Parts: sequence; C-alpha cells; structure tokens
Amino acid sequence: MDIPYTIESRPDTGLYNAKLGIWLFLASEVMLFGGLFSAYVLLRVGAAPGMWPHGWLNVTLGTINTLLLALSAITTLLAWAACKVRDFTKFKIFHGCTILLALSFLTIKSFEYHDKLIHYEIKLNNGTFADGHLVEKSPDFDLAKKTGTVTLHGRIATDEKDLMDLRSPEAKSAKLDEVTVAATDIKSMGNYGPRHNTFTAIYFTLTGLHALHIFGGTVVIFYFWGPGSRMWKTDPERFTNRIEVSGLFWHFVDLVWIFLFPVLYLT
Amino acid sequence: MSLKAFHLIFVTLLTALSFGCAAWAFQSGSVFWGVTAIVAGIFVIVYGIYFLKKLKKISYL
Repeated sequence: MDIPYTIESRPDTGLYNAKLGIWLFLASEVMLFGGLFSAYVLLRVGAAPGMWPHGWLNVTLGTINTLLLALSAITTLLAWAACKVRDFTKFKIFHGCTILLALSFLTIKSFEYHDKLIHYEIKLNNGTFADGHLVEKSPDFDLAKKTGTVTLHGRIATDEKDLMDLRSPEAKSAKLDEVTVAATDIKSMGNYGPRHNTFTAIYFTLTGLHALHIFGGTVVIFYFWGPGSRMWKTDPERFTNRIEVSGLFWHFVDLVWIFLFPVLYLT
Repeated sequence: MSLKAFHLIFVTLLTALSFGCAAWAFQSGSVFWGVTAIVAGIFVIVYGIYFLKKLKKISYL
C-alpha cells in the first residue's frame, strides 16, 4: 500500500506530508528559540549597570561562521534546484559542499568554546582579579589544599567591572603579560564556562543548542547525500521533496544564526 | 511555503545583517570592515536577483 501525499500536495492543505510536518516542527522550534531569546533580553536588561560583558567574543570568527552558514544555505538551495532539473551529479557536489561548510562551522565553534574554557578569572584575597588564558598549573597545584601556583596570560584588574567591556579604550590599551598566582592568594577561581556569569550561561545555551541543530542537520544531510540517495533511482520526485524539507530545516537553523550573531557578538 | 520562498526571506535578512554590520563597523571606527560589509550586502542583493531569475519556474508554495 502506498502512503498518499508523499509526492503530490494534499488538496486541503496544499502541502505534501513531509512539508506539513517540517513546518509544524519549525513552528515549535520558533517557540523554543523565541523563549531563549526572550530570556537573553530579560537577563541583559536586568544586569547591574556595567556588569554586562561587551567584546568577549571573537567577531572575526563569528563573521567567518556567518559566511560559512550563508554559503551553506546557498548550496542547499542549489542542491534542491539540481534535483528539480534531474541533475544528480550537481546535487552530490552541492550537498557535499553543504556538509563541508557545516563541519567547518562546528570546528570553528569548538575553537571558540575551547578559548572560553581555558580563560580564567581568579579572585584574589586582596580584592583584585587575575584574568587571562591558562598557561600552566604547577604539578602540585591544589586550590582546596592551597598548594602550588597557576600561571595565566592576561592581566590584573582592580575591579571586576574593568573586565566587562573589552571594547573600552582602557581594555584595548591594557598590556597582557604572564601572571603567576600562588594558591594561597586565591579566594576563588573559575573559567569562562556556562557557570561563570549570566552572559556565558545564555551564550553557551543559545549557541550550544544551535550547534546541536547544526550537527543534527548535518547528519540528515549526510544521510541524503550518502545511503539515502538510493531513493533517487526508484523515486526521484519523493527524494527531491526530502531534499526540500531538509533544506527548510537548514535555512531555519541559518536564520537563527543571523539573529544570534549580532545579538551575541556585536552588542 | 517552498524552499524558494524561505530562501528569499533568508537572503532578505542576510542583506539586513550585512548593512547592520556595516553600521556597527563604522560606529566602531573600522572603515575597512564597514566598506567590506556594504560590498557584501550589495553582493547578496545581486545574488538574490540572480537566484530569483534562475528559479523563475519554481513555485513559492
């Protein structure tokens, strides 16, 4: 028995099954990301004056990632267009490009995460802050036992607010050097992971969820590019519809990034 | 809505992002990146027109 409306549109909805399904799914995705964006806005407007970070993220890497996703949206569309004109070779090329672009995006994102996870803020007993990227911890370093030392490539700040705006002239002119701190001088220490402050929490939540979507989309696209492409030989119309549906999901994920990039990287 | 229509929305927002980035770059004092973003925005518009012509026969629905 054949399942109806896998190729032709259903008269009452004007859509084939998979397209109706993906739009319902995308509607739920809009609510998910919409809620998180609302959380971002509320956290930001509720932050104490001078305590919301600026310039913490690498704009160059963010711009490269934006370009990669924009190009991947184009290659997805071209792959679908190639299916429409029955050019399977071009489909393979364009969808292969989409996979490579998506993997490049995830690689750059992982570099950005790594940069945040090796970036430490150390509150010292004298009330100042040592802030920078981890160079080394001495072999005997143990914060609980107060033994050993930790070395950062960064600077000492007298006020935590000085660490918030990295676009300020003072922050830009600050000289970075190696700072070694003894465990006995440390009051508290933590990296720029999700628990560091509300900005890093919402940054990791939003971009992590987005990266998971990229990963999931890449798996699906890879399936259609590889083993799933066998359907081309038996049912090219239905296969073309599948490519359109995966393309709709991919475009949604790219649209989310178009909002994420300015909100997180530029403001 | 077909992938064609969704792509059109994507291209429109990408254009807005490009010009928004240009404004941000000029405000930050980076003329080079501002001009680059404007050129990127124009390129996206040209691409949008090209893609609309290329996919003329495909439905928006």
